[in-house]
Order: sequence, then structure tokens, then C-alpha cells
Amino acid sequence: MAEVVFFIAAIGAIAGAAGTVALRNPFFSVLALVGHLLCLAALFLLLRAEFVAAAQVVVYAGAVMVLYVFVAAYVGTEDMPVGIAPSPGLRWVSVAFAGALFVELVIAILGTGLAALDGDGRGYFPGFGSPGEIGKLLLTRYLLAFEVASFLLLVAAVGAVILARRREGLEPAGTVSVGDLFSTTDRTGTLGPEEQGTMLEAGGSPSR
Amino acid sequence: MSINWYLCVSAIVFCIGAGGILVRRSPVVILLCLELMLNAANLAFVAFSRAQGNQDGQVMAIVVMVVAACEVAVGLGLIVAIYRRRLPIDVDELRELQG
Repeated sequence: MAEVVFFIAAIGAIAGAAGTVALRNPFFSVLALVGHLLCLAALFLLLRAEFVAAAQVVVYAGAVMVLYVFVAAYVGTEDMPVGIAPSPGLRWVSVAFAGALFVELVIAILGTGLAALDGDGRGYFPGFGSPGEIGKLLLTRYLLAFEVASFLLLVAAVGAVILARRREGLEPAGTVSVGDLFSTTDRTGTLGPEEQGTMLEAGGSPSR
Repeated sequence: MSINWYLCVSAIVFCIGAGGILVRRSPVVILLCLELMLNAANLAFVAFSRAQGNQDGQVMAIVVMVVAACEVAVGLGLIVAIYRRRLPIDVDELRELQG
């Protein structure tokens, strides 16, 4: 049974990855990646990683992919160059590079002396990979990694807001800082006289 | 199932992602291919965690997910900023930083 599920999920994951690379429309690439992520979650379940599988489906296939769909819809797909690399020579070099990387990885996997990789893996205890066990590890042994990751997420969120906010033309570098955004005393923001504060206005039209 | 099978799937997905980054020119698809490579690494982490019988690899996979989310936020913010400035959305055309 596990073998059947494994091969279905593995073929689905590889097909989804190939579709992500090969499909010409970025929107369909995103959808192929969602399928790939769901198949990968099934593989995680087979490996007794319940919490990682749940996080994969909820966070990755749910939230992050919605962000991709929004950007693909916002940027548009018709004027986007979805072609392959400019010269066919470069394309063949790319494919050859990927093939060489694959051969190297397979040699490393199959030629390894690690005996643990041949079998089903070591025994696991009840609750292996459950949210409780992972949470216990995150808050004890990996507390530093947990805190650093949360700080990184905060920095990235602030950075994304600053990068993608509305600009009036080109601004010289160094005129924008996080301190400016937070130190303003005018808490009413920069609403124009006829603006309502909706998300559509915040996005603005590309011409502005 | 032997752990080797999972590692082979991980290697295949990683190489597809690496090839995609080299071949495609649209930044959105390049970010998607980067996600593929990160996910392949995640699969390898979880497979090694199962092989060793402890959960450290799973914690590492979750940290990788956080890093991927950060990369998506900043990368998509850059793409939106590029689009607002009416620059071509093509990594071959965006070569101002080239020396």
C-alpha cells in the first residue's frame, strides 16, 4: 500500500515540477506548482512528518501560492516574455548542466556508505512528527533558530511593503527608510481628498 | 519504501528546478523554480530525519519553509516594483547592475 501511494505521489511531484518549468503561461506554472506541493505533502505523510505535511498544505499550497496567483494576475501574462533562453546553445548548456547535476546527485545517493538509507529508516515512537513533538523541539532545542526565523519573517514583510508600495516616479536612493514610515506624526496616512482607503487605491494603477 | 527512493525523487525535483532557473526568463517562473529547489531540499531533510529516527530534520524543513516565505515576499515585491516602473519583466533585459 505504501509503495502504491509513494509512486503515485512521486510521479505527481515530478510531473508537477516539470509542468512548472515547461508551461508557457506563468499562471499555469503556479497551478502546476500547487499540484507538486500537494504530492510532496503526501510524501511527507509517508515519512511520518505529519506537522510538516500540514504546514506544507496550509502555508505553502494555500497562502504562498495565493500570493503568486495575485502577482501573476497583476503583472499580466500576455506581455510577459515566456520564451526560452535567447540562444539555443545556452539552452542546451542549461539542460546539460541540470543533467550533470542529477548524475552527480544520484552517484552520491547510491554510492553512499550510510546503511540507514537502504532500509525503511529507524523505528519511530508514537507521536513522531506530531505538532506537539515538533513544537517542543522548536521551543527548547531550536529556540534560537525559531526566533531568528521569526525575525527574518518580520524583516521580509517590512521590506516587501517598502518595495511594493506606491511611488511617484523614480526616487533617489536613500530617501526611504523604515524610520520615516514609523516616525510620521500624521497618523491619518496619505489619503487623497477623493480616496477611500481601499486596497485597489493602495495598489494604484501602473501609470502612477 | 527505502529512503533511497525519496532521495532520488528529491534529486530529480532539484535538477528540474535548477534547469528551469537557467532556461526560463520570466522572474515569476524563476521564483517558482527556486521554490522547487527549496522543496526538494525539504524532502531530503524529512527523508533523512526518518532515516535517523529523530525529528531534527523536520524542524529544519519548517525553518526552510519560513526562509522560502521571506524570499517569496521580497521577490514578488521586487517584481511588482519592476512592473510599476514599466521596465521589461525579463531577466535578460534587466541588466543595469551588470558591470
